[in-house]
Amino acid sequence: MTDMTPVLRVEGISKSFGALKASDNVSLDLRPGEIHALIGPNGAGKSTLIKQISGSLRPDSGRIEVLGRDVTDLDTVARARLGLGRTFQISSLAMEFTVLQNVVLGALGARGRAFSFFRNVMKDKALLETACRALERVGLQEEAQRRTADLSHGQRRQLEVAVALTLQPKLFLMDEPMAGLGASGSKALTGFLDELRQEAPILLVEHDMDAVFALADRISVLVYGAVIATGTADEIRANAEVRRAYLGEEDAA
Amino acid sequence: MSILLILEQVLNGLQFGVMLFLMAAGLTLVFGVMGLINLAHGALYMVGAFAAAAVAGLTGSFLLALVASLAAAAAAGAIVEVAVIRRLYDRDHLDQVLATFALILIFSEGTRWIFGSFPLFLDVPDYLSGPVTLPGGIEYPMYRLTIIAIGLVVAAALFWLIARTRIGIQIRAGEADREMIAALGVDISKLYTLVFALGAALAGLAGALVGAIQSVQVGMGEPVLILAFVVIVIGGIGSIKGALVGAVLVGLTDTLGKVFLPQFFGLFLEPASATSVGASLASMLIYILMALVLLVRPSGLYGGSN
Amino acid sequence: MPTRETTLNIALAATLLAVPLLALAMDEIFIITLATKVAILALAGVGLNIALGIGGLVSLGHAAFFGIGGYAMGILAAHAQNYDPIMEVPFLIEGTNQMPIIWLVAIVASALAALVIGALSLRTSGVYFIMITLAFGQMLYYFAISWSAYGGEDGQSIWVRNEFPGLNTLDPIQFFLIAYVILCVVLVFSARLARSPFGLALAAARQTEERVMTVGLTPFHLRLVAFVISGAITGLAGALYADLNRFVSPTMLSWHTSGEIMVFVIIGGVGRLFGPLVGAAVFILLEHILGGFSEYWQIFLGLLLLLMVLFARGGLIGAVAGREVAHD
Repeated sequence: MTDMTPVLRVEGISKSFGALKASDNVSLDLRPGEIHALIGPNGAGKSTLIKQISGSLRPDSGRIEVLGRDVTDLDTVARARLGLGRTFQISSLAMEFTVLQNVVLGALGARGRAFSFFRNVMKDKALLETACRALERVGLQEEAQRRTADLSHGQRRQLEVAVALTLQPKLFLMDEPMAGLGASGSKALTGFLDELRQEAPILLVEHDMDAVFALADRISVLVYGAVIATGTADEIRANAEVRRAYLGEEDAA
Repeated sequence: MSILLILEQVLNGLQFGVMLFLMAAGLTLVFGVMGLINLAHGALYMVGAFAAAAVAGLTGSFLLALVASLAAAAAAGAIVEVAVIRRLYDRDHLDQVLATFALILIFSEGTRWIFGSFPLFLDVPDYLSGPVTLPGGIEYPMYRLTIIAIGLVVAAALFWLIARTRIGIQIRAGEADREMIAALGVDISKLYTLVFALGAALAGLAGALVGAIQSVQVGMGEPVLILAFVVIVIGGIGSIKGALVGAVLVGLTDTLGKVFLPQFFGLFLEPASATSVGASLASMLIYILMALVLLVRPSGLYGGSN
Repeated sequence: MPTRETTLNIALAATLLAVPLLALAMDEIFIITLATKVAILALAGVGLNIALGIGGLVSLGHAAFFGIGGYAMGILAAHAQNYDPIMEVPFLIEGTNQMPIIWLVAIVASALAALVIGALSLRTSGVYFIMITLAFGQMLYYFAISWSAYGGEDGQSIWVRNEFPGLNTLDPIQFFLIAYVILCVVLVFSARLARSPFGLALAAARQTEERVMTVGLTPFHLRLVAFVISGAITGLAGALYADLNRFVSPTMLSWHTSGEIMVFVIIGGVGRLFGPLVGAAVFILLEHILGGFSEYWQIFLGLLLLLMVLFARGGLIGAVAGREVAHD
């Protein structure tokens, strides 16, 4: 019987910017081994919610727990140290570094002890091992010496995941990992994420509906800052309110 | 320590503050609208002062000298904007700092080349010299009062410009979202040149006005520039209101500090130490003020998030 | 197979050593002094380069540390030459004219100042940071002017050069060698720092602050440490500079000095190990060659800097050795 205690629990998160309610009493959780997708029309508040979960934005009210621990008052760095892995919608990588350097950075962060001034970091066996393993998992090992700025968009996405992997996170927060990937790239990433869920559950913000329905164990729908439905893919597809929210979108599209 | 003395120093502080505002307004506008940090602003202050001194020397008219200061500084600003500044908008702050620092070198040494190292003189016109008796019996120099008045008028005019005119709307929109106003069809290059020249003109005016009290010499703009930076950090970058509040705050703190701190220390230290400690502390006072403001409000008093 | 840049660096280091030795042979003492100046100013730039080049911190107030180092020397040596203790109660602290002690004091004093200034300034970023560092530098400048105990605006002269055990520091070539050795040691340190875990994390923080946080590292701490190290090195340079000139004055604290140090770094190539050396050499050469023709030579410095910023961002080393090769 798999352990069902949520790895991530979001309870009653609310956030307003002036008159705009970006997050309206949002509650959801992330269970071990699952991929929980967060979908919703543009402007629904997905980014705001992700920022509050990752620690870069403070909620006005509510509670966030990671592995049973209250992290509401902790900042991004502290949450990362607790095992919150993150990929960004707009690639957040050191462009001047090589691929390997970026992953070594991740491994360094995971190990701590960044205040070491005399060793050659790129010759550190332990860091290199962690880094290379991560690169192999995403399939970028051939590109290790390439400058990150020279990578294709899809490869940068892979690199993002590799860096997140070095943390050996307890959970993943992924913000539109499929964005900008072509059909084959999406397919490859979908397969990868499918496997990844066994290591650590994934809270996935996505617009790509094919990927969402293929991957997600559960889906939460966010509209105007509030979760209007949470359920399996079938439940969500059948949900009338969701269809209304999205049908409106599709009409306009 | 008489009330009269205190009031006189308050007025001095106000006058200083108002001059700082003229400098700071230009700086904060340029940063707010164009996102550019301009170290050469002090050079424009100097250009205004030199132009005024030159014209006053030629024509004998103070009024013409002031007009000349506005025109020369605005022109210099416009030329510099088109030739150099324009290329810096998309660059990072380091590049902007270096390029404008280079401009300072060019302007300062260039001015020294043309005018020499000796200060020029700009005299307060007769009709503005002499004391004025204010209610309460204080005698205060007419000229300094005029400066305060001019400064307040300019502040009012600026607020009116920003709040009520089309240019003002463009400026405010530009501060909020630079790309958007381009998309809306506003001629960005003209707007930017205008804003830059406006800021320059204000600096030039300040230089001319102060030049009559102090002297007109190369490098006169630099201490003022740094203070203007302190003002906009305290007031909040991009905010004219912040510039005014910050400027008055800095002006008063500096002036009153310099006068009263030595006296304060004189209460319990011997005179020589009191003057020395008091003067030292007074010179650091505004920076301490800046540090305190930043501890409490890192974006300044009226600064939005940047 | 060493990279182009490494070869260039070795050549530069060799040239800096060869020139004064040659000058010694030809009895051109003045050139030895110039070379010493280059070495010391380069050292100041190497300090700044750690904060600016690796960390991306545009500190326009680094003269604060240069000046603190200088005044550390000035105060210690002044009290030594006057046989006048700095403090008698509660401890006896006398002046000293021993260079190693003076250097230690300069390093510690500048590091402490950098800690305080950095802790306050690094809470901000972007333009605010630039202006605040500038303002703090100015604060110290005005303080020094008003501090009449050490000359105020006129500065403090030190009659005799300070001593280093076993060497005759008044001999130009020996003093040059002291400065040169220190520069080389610091360059090695700086190179190792850049390749270290700390260097990687700091450079990453410059490029992508968000990513650094999400791997579990705190940019503020990284930057503060970099700022302190940077300030300490520039402070050491300040002590040496004041010793070279046997004079310290508030000018060492002015923002013009801050700007100049930044100019050395930029002309050579920001972030490049030997950038400050090239920049300092170019600056000194311009000052003496162009300065011989016109006392307004800074116009040309300004023009050079402007053109460089607009069109040749990599600095001189960038022009010769190309883009930086990733460390491995």
